[in-house]
Amino acid sequence: MEDIIINNLDYPVLTVSTFLPLAGALIILFLKRGPFIKWFALATTVATFIVSLPIYKHFDKTTYKMQFVEIHSWIPAWNINYKVGVDGISILFIILVTILSILCVSVSWKAIQIKTKEFYISLLIMETAMIGIFLSLNVFLFYLFWELTLIPMFLLIGVWGGSQRIYAAVKFVLFMLAGSVLMLVGIIVLYYAGGKTFDILELAKVHYPTELQLWLFLAFFAAFAVKMPMFPIHTWLPDAHTEAPTAGSVILAGVLLKMGAYGFLRISFPMFPHAVKVLFIPLLILSVIAIIYGAYVTLMQKDMKRLIAYSSVSHMGFVTLGLFTLNQNGIEGGMLQMINHGVITGALFLCIGMIYERTHSRMIEDYGGLSKSVPVYIVFFTIFTLAAIGLPGMNAFVGEFLIISGAFKANMIIAAFSILGVVLGVCYMVWLYYRIALNEINTTTQASLFDLDSREIATLIPLVVLVLLIGLQPNILLSYMHVSVEHLLEQVHNSVQLESINAYDTINSIAGYIKALFKWV
Amino acid sequence: MITGNIITDFCLLILFLPLLAFAINIFFGKRLPRQGDWVSVGSVLITLILSLSLLMNMFMNWDANFSYEAQFSWIDLGAFKVELGFWVDNITIVMLAVVALISSMTHIFSLEYMKGDIRYSRYYAYLGLFTFSMNGIVLANNLVSLYIFWELVGVSSYLLIAHWFEKHSAADAGKKAFLTNRVGDIGFFIGIMLIFTAIGSFNFQDVFAGVSQGMISGTLLTLAGVGLFMGAVGKSSQFPLHIWLPDAMEGPTPVSALMHAATMVAAGVYLTVRLFPLFSPEALTIIAYVGGFTALFAATIAITQNDIKKVLAYSTVSQLGYMILAVGVGNYVAALFHLLTHAMFKACLFYGSGSVIHAMHHSLHELHDHDTDPQDMRNMGGFKTKMPITHWTMVISTLAISGVPLFSGFLSKDAILAGSLAFAQHHPQHFLLPVFGFGAAAITAFYMFRLIFMTFHGEPKLPKVFEGIHESPKVMTFPLMLLAGLSFFIFYTLPYFNPISDHGWFTELIKAGDSVAPGNPTAHEIYDGVHHAHYPAMALSLLVAGLGIGLSYLMYMKHKFSAENWARKMGFLYKLSLNKYFFDENYNRFLYQPLLKLSRAVAYLDWDLYDKYFINGFGRVTNLLSKITGRIDYDGLDQILVDGVGRSVRRLGKQLKQVQTGRLQNYMLFALVGLIIILVIQTI
Repeated sequence: MEDIIINNLDYPVLTVSTFLPLAGALIILFLKRGPFIKWFALATTVATFIVSLPIYKHFDKTTYKMQFVEIHSWIPAWNINYKVGVDGISILFIILVTILSILCVSVSWKAIQIKTKEFYISLLIMETAMIGIFLSLNVFLFYLFWELTLIPMFLLIGVWGGSQRIYAAVKFVLFMLAGSVLMLVGIIVLYYAGGKTFDILELAKVHYPTELQLWLFLAFFAAFAVKMPMFPIHTWLPDAHTEAPTAGSVILAGVLLKMGAYGFLRISFPMFPHAVKVLFIPLLILSVIAIIYGAYVTLMQKDMKRLIAYSSVSHMGFVTLGLFTLNQNGIEGGMLQMINHGVITGALFLCIGMIYERTHSRMIEDYGGLSKSVPVYIVFFTIFTLAAIGLPGMNAFVGEFLIISGAFKANMIIAAFSILGVVLGVCYMVWLYYRIALNEINTTTQASLFDLDSREIATLIPLVVLVLLIGLQPNILLSYMHVSVEHLLEQVHNSVQLESINAYDTINSIAGYIKALFKWV
Repeated sequence: MITGNIITDFCLLILFLPLLAFAINIFFGKRLPRQGDWVSVGSVLITLILSLSLLMNMFMNWDANFSYEAQFSWIDLGAFKVELGFWVDNITIVMLAVVALISSMTHIFSLEYMKGDIRYSRYYAYLGLFTFSMNGIVLANNLVSLYIFWELVGVSSYLLIAHWFEKHSAADAGKKAFLTNRVGDIGFFIGIMLIFTAIGSFNFQDVFAGVSQGMISGTLLTLAGVGLFMGAVGKSSQFPLHIWLPDAMEGPTPVSALMHAATMVAAGVYLTVRLFPLFSPEALTIIAYVGGFTALFAATIAITQNDIKKVLAYSTVSQLGYMILAVGVGNYVAALFHLLTHAMFKACLFYGSGSVIHAMHHSLHELHDHDTDPQDMRNMGGFKTKMPITHWTMVISTLAISGVPLFSGFLSKDAILAGSLAFAQHHPQHFLLPVFGFGAAAITAFYMFRLIFMTFHGEPKLPKVFEGIHESPKVMTFPLMLLAGLSFFIFYTLPYFNPISDHGWFTELIKAGDSVAPGNPTAHEIYDGVHHAHYPAMALSLLVAGLGIGLSYLMYMKHKFSAENWARKMGFLYKLSLNKYFFDENYNRFLYQPLLKLSRAVAYLDWDLYDKYFINGFGRVTNLLSKITGRIDYDGLDQILVDGVGRSVRRLGKQLKQVQTGRLQNYMLFALVGLIIILVIQTI
């Protein structure tokens, strides 16, 4: 066991961070309904954040090894362990989850009026599931947490959502299940092919036959691509985001979409390097299609929330573009961009949620001249708009810059197209800003508008700080990733050099696999 | 003597003081006395002092090869590093001084011009943000910093153009400027990435070294060069992305003077000058043609405009075209020289127009007239007596821009024209370039004097308004006088006093470097050509300037020809020019509307077709399938098979029931028959 570092703190920090929200949820179950519940939920999320802080303090940035690892035997008959650990790839997601969870409780303070108890229970269970995914070092455990996110999310959309909530919730769950069923098949095949173990690190050491790699990659791809969501399986997203309550949208955009990308990094890349390289160009093309296509669709949205939702398709296209470049700039940029997207899109959903709470309209045409009617609000909205369009000095610029520089190394033409996406991104955000913030005040919603209160300002300020901090000092986050990403790239590239697989080979091997498929059928 | 670390400190102060003012004013501006304008003015005056001391230092050193670089790490991925830093040489120092000077003048001018504005402190905050970003561009030593500040300049420009955002046209103009600039930036970014991919560094010096070693060459180098130039096309408002600058005049006039005349739009020129060594000959030819064409093209629009600021806006586009042309023909020192002189006289012209508009505003305000356009020159006339300072300063700067000897514009314009002439002598197939140049020079002289005559001379068109016109207060006339003074040749030729030669501190301290791209002539060859073409170019330029001024005098002063008659005679051309060649309309029709249509189509495809039919189709198919299996299951399996078993059992039971009659005799009979059968079977 040379590639892990056993937890040497005096308490199991990862397990505590994971299950503290669940414990909180259980306690809320026995509490009386009343305002105390939200205070308790807030306390739980803040406590989780504080408990997780030692992870960053004691994290060793100089090694790719899994740290703070805890192993307990769980189902010995099938060789299933409870094994959790953290490395440079997963560590930043933990802080993203813990911060966003606090903000989600805060933003729901007044917005959620019915079944508050159940709401906060769902939210806390969700937090446990999300942290669990990023810490699991066992595929079985990973799958368990993966599926666990569905239940609270289904409830969050279906119970506290907008007018179309039932449709959106059902659609969301069906999409997710379709993907994860294939992943389950993949996991079972992996279990036998990898020597009857579910241990992620052990499975990554095995060299699988090329053909098997491709099938396994596709099985996992189904689950990950739906979550991202990649084009063309993205249409659950606008519905789910739009209908979900603000907290739900923030979690969806902030964390849920990143689970897919994390899956690629944790499972697909190290275990199926050959398959990734065979599909390298198609995956890049798919990413660029998502970027441009998503941006075009975004441009025409009339509903603010839907607009931001669709923009996620485009932004996640950038993330996948970065990951599939298979070089350090691209992957680190992609990972940074995941955090950035969580911060910015989360913030924009919060902003829209706040204004929706007042006017009960999400339609762009109902707004105008907000700069005049709600000046404090618009300061925040301006900052997040500028961040979203990738203004230098703010976080998204660094991510996009790294991704595009990586993409240029991978394939110049594809990379040049992705820049078109950046410009379209400016178009839809500036146009949105122009319509709601500038011009004359729109009288439709004017009466019910009032500026932000201190709770709302306090909710948004941490995100402003993150936007500027990452934008000005990206090394703070990037330094956590380096060694792990380098190790990951070694795993990907050590078997076959990327250059040796040219486009001809790609087409040939795909044709071969299709033939094999027919034979098999 | 200022050296080493002190330069770094000075640069840091020059860079960050305006940012500090921005931060203070944006957060606390409204609560400060005088809404915090003194914070901004103070900070920018300090940067002026610092910049001027750097300039003094440059004069004291008198070293053309002075260069200083400092940098710190920003993104560090191990193998991939991005370092931000300063590159200070004489070009930087001159540019810093220009930015600081014009920015200070704008800050001072705005004290009166923007008095009582509803977002006064925010206005000053944004000015600070702009000054910060512009200095950042000037100081950048690598492509990434350049791009970063480039975008920040774009944002501050957006915020200032849309300062009066309640006005639909202002909000529109801001959006247009931002988006048009972004289109140029696509190319800029691609160019940066192409160069980085080939050379592996963003630093200017490393890039030049890489190009000279041939790490990037041929078509790729040309592509990268054209890409980088596209950024300049956007920011310096060159054809075909020139459409945003005239609209940007919706912003407050001091802003127009600072950003949309003197500094920000010159950033594109500065970019091409800085990166000159890496442009391939093909890229330079494209640059020359874009610049030359823009110079002439914009000038022909300016002739027919009636809005005083629009005339100046198109004149700016045209003058920027000049500078770009100079870079394209390799004479980039002249481009920079014109940038410097143009910044002074064009800012002066804008402040002058601001002073006129200010006076018109007040006069109209007192008459409670809200319909008359205060910027339309057809409502002016005869202001000379009422506003003598404004008049004389504007005349001086007009003489400068028209290229009249003794004024700064003559020197710089002449250098550019000589450059284009020399270029055409070497490459006769490019004879159009000097034609563009001299043509634009003639038209410039014409429309600039048209502006002066229409505004300040002749009979007042609206006598009532004329009554209320007053000279502007001192805070507004001071920048005018200072900048008009700086339009005289002497400040650019010191320590020499020859008014017809550009030989002076500028040409001695700012030396052209050789291009590192293969195929370009050396700086020495270019200089020789320019030197030879100097006198013919001067004679020609004097001739065309004289023609333009003379025609303007006869038409608008003496009314020998009627402008209206000419307009009628050349109806089609007049309409083309008045409507700016219908660029906005055509862009709207052929670019903007199709883009909207395309996105509408894609949105429809995604939501109404793909999601509704394909994705929901899965649901429908599943529904159908489950209905069919349901029917098979219930009607087939359950009803026929499962229930069928039951039914047949029941039927059997019913039939068997008949046997069970309950009569003992019958049972006995069955038993007897059965016994007989068994016995029979056993015996057989």
